[in-house]
Amino acid sequence: MMEPTLSHYLLVSGALFSIGLLGVIVRRNLLIIYMSLELMLNAANVALVAMSRFNGNLDGQVMVFFIITVAAAEVAVGLALIVALYRKRQTAEVEDLATMKL
Amino acid sequence: MESILFNIFAVLAVLSALLVVVNPLSRNPVTSAMFLVTTMISISGLFVLLNAYFLAAVQILVYAGAVMVLFLFVIMLLDIQETARRKLRIVSLVMGFVAVGALFGVYKSSVEATYEKAVHETQALGQAAEEAEEDSEVVVGSTQALGQGLFSHEGGFILPFEIVSILLLVAMIGAILLSKKELR
Repeated sequence: MMEPTLSHYLLVSGALFSIGLLGVIVRRNLLIIYMSLELMLNAANVALVAMSRFNGNLDGQVMVFFIITVAAAEVAVGLALIVALYRKRQTAEVEDLATMKL
Repeated sequence: MESILFNIFAVLAVLSALLVVVNPLSRNPVTSAMFLVTTMISISGLFVLLNAYFLAAVQILVYAGAVMVLFLFVIMLLDIQETARRKLRIVSLVMGFVAVGALFGVYKSSVEATYEKAVHETQALGQAAEEAEEDSEVVVGSTQALGQGLFSHEGGFILPFEIVSILLLVAMIGAILLSKKELR
C-alpha cells in the first residue's frame, strides 16, 4: 500500500465537511445541528494540519490552535442560547422556532 | 504501517460522522454525541499520523473531553424525550444527499486534478526536485515547536493570542448571562 498523501487527507476532510453540511441541512434537532457544525470545523482542522505537514510550515497548526479555541467559545455561548431558548419555548426542534419573537 | 493506520482512522472518522448525522437505528441525541466522540478521537489519530502531537492531545482534551461533556450536560438538562419521533421528510433527505454529494464530487475532482498537476510538474522538473522534496524536513508539531511558532516568529501570533483570550472572556460572560433564570 502506498503512503497517504496530501490528497488522501484532503478527501477525508472533504468527506467530513460534507457529512457535517448534510447534518445541518437534513436534521431538525438544534443539538444535532450544533454537533454537525463541530464536525465541519474539525474537517477544516484536518485540512489545515495536513497542509501544514506536507508543506513543511507550522503556521497551519497554529491556525488550528486558534480554531479550537474559538470553537470552544462558540459551543459555550451556543449551548447557553439553546438552553435559554428551550426554557422559553419548550422545544429544541427548528421547525417550531419559526418566529423571531421570543 | 502508516497507510494501515490512516485507513483505520479515516474510515472510522467518516463512518461515525455518518452515524452522528443519519443514524438509521436511533434518533437519540446521546447516541449522536457518543459517535461524535468516536469521530473526534479518530481525527486526533489522524493528527498523530500528521506529526501534530500537541494538537492531537488538545483535540482529545478539548473536544472529546470538554465540548462533549458540555453537550451531554445540555442534553440531560433539556431532557429531550424521544416521544415525538418525527419522520425525516424523505424529499428533504434525498435532496440533502444529492446536494451534498454533488458538492463532495466537485471537491474530490478538483483535489485530484490539482494533485495530478502537481505530480506532473514534479516529474517535469526531474529527479532532483523530487529528491529535494523528499529531503525537506518534516515539521513535527511538538509543544515546543508550536509554542515557538506561536510566540517567537517575527512578532508571531501574539496579538491574535491576546484577542482570543478576550474572546474567551466574553464568551464566558455571555454564557453566564444567558443561563440566568430571568432572561430580559
